[in-house]
Amino acid sequence: MKRSVFVLFVIAVLTVASVACAAPANPVLRVITWSGYAPQELLDKFTAETGYKVEITLSNNEEMISKLRATRGGGFDLAQPSQDRISSVVEQYGIYQPIDYARINEDQIDPSLLAAVKKNTLVDGKSYAVPHIYGTEGLVINKAKAPDVKDFKDLLDPKYAGRVSYRMKRPTLIGMGFSLGYDPFSLYGKPEEYQKFLDEMEKVLIAGKPSVKTYWDNGDQLLQLLRSGEVWAASAWEQAGWKLHGENPDIDYIAPASGALAWVDTFAIPARSENLEGAYAYINFMLRPENAAFFTNRETYGTASKDAVNFLDPEIKANFTRGLPPEVLAKINWYPTVPAGIEEMEGRTLDKVKAAR
Amino acid sequence: MDDVSFDVEDGKFFSILGPSGCGKTTLLRMIAGFIRQDEGTILFNGEDMSAVPPNRRPVNLVFQNLALFPMMDVFENVAFGLRRRGEKDAAVTRKVHDMLGRVGLPDAGKKRIGQLSGGQKQRIAIARCLVLDPAVLLLDEPLGALDAKLREHMKVELKTLQANVGTTFVYITHDQSEAMVMSDTVAVMNRGAFEQTGSPQELYHRPRSSFVAQFVGNNNRFSVTPARDEKGLVRGRYAGRFDFLLDAAGCDLGEGDPCELFVRPEAMVIEPEGGAERFNRMAVQVRAVLFDGGNSRLLVTPEGTDDEIVVMLPQTGLYDHIRAGDRITVGWNPDLSLCFAGNGGVLCDGR
Amino acid sequence: MGGRGRLHLGFLFFFLPVALWLLLLIVLPHLELLRLSFTSSRPGGFTLGNYMAFFSEPIYWLTFVRTALYSILVTFLVMAIALPVAFYITKVARVRAGGLLMALILVPFWVSELIRVYGWIILLRESGVINRLFTALGLFSQPVELLYNDVAMILGLVYTSMLFMVVPIVGVMDALDDALIEAAYDLGASKTAIWRTIIIPHCMPGMVSGGIIVFMLALGSYLTPNLMGGKNSLWFTEQIYNQIILYFNWNQGAAFGFLLLLLSSLIIWIALRITGQNLGEVVK
Repeated sequence: MKRSVFVLFVIAVLTVASVACAAPANPVLRVITWSGYAPQELLDKFTAETGYKVEITLSNNEEMISKLRATRGGGFDLAQPSQDRISSVVEQYGIYQPIDYARINEDQIDPSLLAAVKKNTLVDGKSYAVPHIYGTEGLVINKAKAPDVKDFKDLLDPKYAGRVSYRMKRPTLIGMGFSLGYDPFSLYGKPEEYQKFLDEMEKVLIAGKPSVKTYWDNGDQLLQLLRSGEVWAASAWEQAGWKLHGENPDIDYIAPASGALAWVDTFAIPARSENLEGAYAYINFMLRPENAAFFTNRETYGTASKDAVNFLDPEIKANFTRGLPPEVLAKINWYPTVPAGIEEMEGRTLDKVKAAR
Repeated sequence: MDDVSFDVEDGKFFSILGPSGCGKTTLLRMIAGFIRQDEGTILFNGEDMSAVPPNRRPVNLVFQNLALFPMMDVFENVAFGLRRRGEKDAAVTRKVHDMLGRVGLPDAGKKRIGQLSGGQKQRIAIARCLVLDPAVLLLDEPLGALDAKLREHMKVELKTLQANVGTTFVYITHDQSEAMVMSDTVAVMNRGAFEQTGSPQELYHRPRSSFVAQFVGNNNRFSVTPARDEKGLVRGRYAGRFDFLLDAAGCDLGEGDPCELFVRPEAMVIEPEGGAERFNRMAVQVRAVLFDGGNSRLLVTPEGTDDEIVVMLPQTGLYDHIRAGDRITVGWNPDLSLCFAGNGGVLCDGR
Repeated sequence: MGGRGRLHLGFLFFFLPVALWLLLLIVLPHLELLRLSFTSSRPGGFTLGNYMAFFSEPIYWLTFVRTALYSILVTFLVMAIALPVAFYITKVARVRAGGLLMALILVPFWVSELIRVYGWIILLRESGVINRLFTALGLFSQPVELLYNDVAMILGLVYTSMLFMVVPIVGVMDALDDALIEAAYDLGASKTAIWRTIIIPHCMPGMVSGGIIVFMLALGSYLTPNLMGGKNSLWFTEQIYNQIILYFNWNQGAAFGFLLLLLSSLIIWIALRITGQNLGEVVK
């Protein structure tokens, strides 16, 4: 943590310096995004089409916010934050500008996703993001051994004692909540009621501890637990499930009955973007079905591009039609923006569950 | 080490004298119990100790470097063994104070080991063992680290201390002077075996091997070839030009077999007077005058050889004229010389 | 005067980079963290709230107490194992074999902590090496989960910090004159008495410096408790990590960080007082 403060300081100095030197008309498009989201093949194609050279900075949500905060929305022309990390930073720091949806080719985009993102990034009547890539958290089960697991709450079933694993992280609280009939997201605005909900979850999860082998902490650990047959059911991402499905057909990803949880990474334009033209061109380019499918074939993450499915490799397509068909997508609980203080409350609950005997 | 057998009388000061590497430390460690002997037995008061570990043997060892415990003060060092025996605090305190008094350091109890002088450390190391009232106290060259003056002083002190406490001391050293001054009995050790055991006087005057003759006190050695003269007396021919009368009555020296002749520096007489007819005489050249007060000597070379001979130089004023380079005659009474047949072999002693 | 002036310049030349380094990389970030720890995560000025939260919320200080107690236990276990190991290396195996043994202890530390922990996981897990061996031999009727409990966690912590105790103890034990051990033996001490009265007092500085390192390592460990301890092993560092990385509550995380620093220093200070060592000697 000592190091990151210093890194931030250095980065701040460097970005201020680079902004000061930037020329007004910019043939370069500076994108800050996640690793894997901008394959070189697509970048070359984009440059050939539009003439814009793309400069990629790899990052994550926290860093994106810190960097743009330090430059008040400058230094990059396009960013790719998760949808739940936009409205609060717009309100607090004003680091993004509203999207002019007239300049977006909305026909390319899955309407339910677009609507969800617009709703979640709404600030003062304007929306700030376009959906790009999504991923879900549901269940990965070994059908031969735990055929009855259909929902998050089935992970508490004593008959699977020691054969269950989930993360001691906030998605577990929320998924368990939905599965037990709560609507946690609707309680975000009411801290007292949310605390009551959390206390309930604390009791449920402590009572369910005997079923748990261990709380998994990283992807490799999860894969190992499922692969070895030590764990029969776990909360996990579809990528983990599909990877294991390739090795053992009994293991697969299923969306929970109460709906999978999902995140969406979006396109958002920093407040002081110097290449709006290029930014909109890039958004439309990346959401073009064949380009979006190129990405999904490689990284197996779902895309917001509506017709990309027609360009997917057969086995990738099979995964999506098996695990995330349209009716499942329609039931997904998209993560909304998290109000301040909620994560602290959740953290305390998670710690208590973990510390409990 | 092979075939070493000896008895130590109760309450005596017994020394084992030998050059470094002769096995004397090994022997001592066997007695203390750190090394198990391959064969034979070690008896204390008739009891076999072979299977008894060091911490249960009634012997204690004063280490060469003393091995005082720096993590404890003097009192605790001395009390160490008593505490290990589980003695009561009051008894420990009394015995330690008593013992510190006996080694002349009654007030040293609170001092750290680092605050003691060399001689004081010596006494504490001995006190630490003696307070346990051992049957035998073993000492492994404990004076080695001291400077010459203190060593002289400690020799006397150790001797008196031993006489006072009456404990049997087994002392090993390579310094013949330490062994001679302190001991009742000295064993001379060479190549893992005892060459001779006896009082210091016996060893000095009647060594039974050429090794002992050489190692105990100073000695001049001549390689001679014996032959009988016309009167039937045995004479040894040295350097092809000197014939010495040998005191070899007791044994049959084969003609032509080389033998070793030893003459102590103090038996050598400078310019012997006419009255001493039986004296062997030899013309020598003075190499150097080694003045050392009562211990002054001449370093001389017999004519026609490169050998070096040491001759005592009495400070009587008679020989003050002798300078390096002078040619003089030295001689000795054959009765005071010793002859060994063969290579360090049998003593040919007339007595 | 000129000579002294030049000396002064030379001193500055070497001292300045170090001072800058310390200032920029150590002092400034810490000051920033200190400031953060006294500020609220929500808009507002100076507050003691982040520190108060530690004491008012039992889950926080209970986790700290648990972490500290386990770290102390780990320190003593490591000491108990390292002493005979160091004794064997310095006094029994001697120069050549001793070097080989030291190398054997060092080798596992050439790989990262993660790999070492995974090694243990492969051994201990339900479908792991030990379980397979024991069921094959008929010692277990069915595989038993050996991982994900406190014993496994302590095992992992002991293993990952062993080197940091063995090295300082080997250092001091090497300087222990064998004659002292023999002298004690000769004066009637049993083996345990020799350890108690001679070897341990002599090795105390090494044991204390090793103890400080091991204690801090165990206390600051994140991977091992998390991966080997499983579902019941909440470690205090995990709470700092969670505060900063998961909840973006740098203020609370910074306060926890300073509390960890303060409380662990306090524990070490108490330990030094109890053993009668002083930090200057131990560090030397």
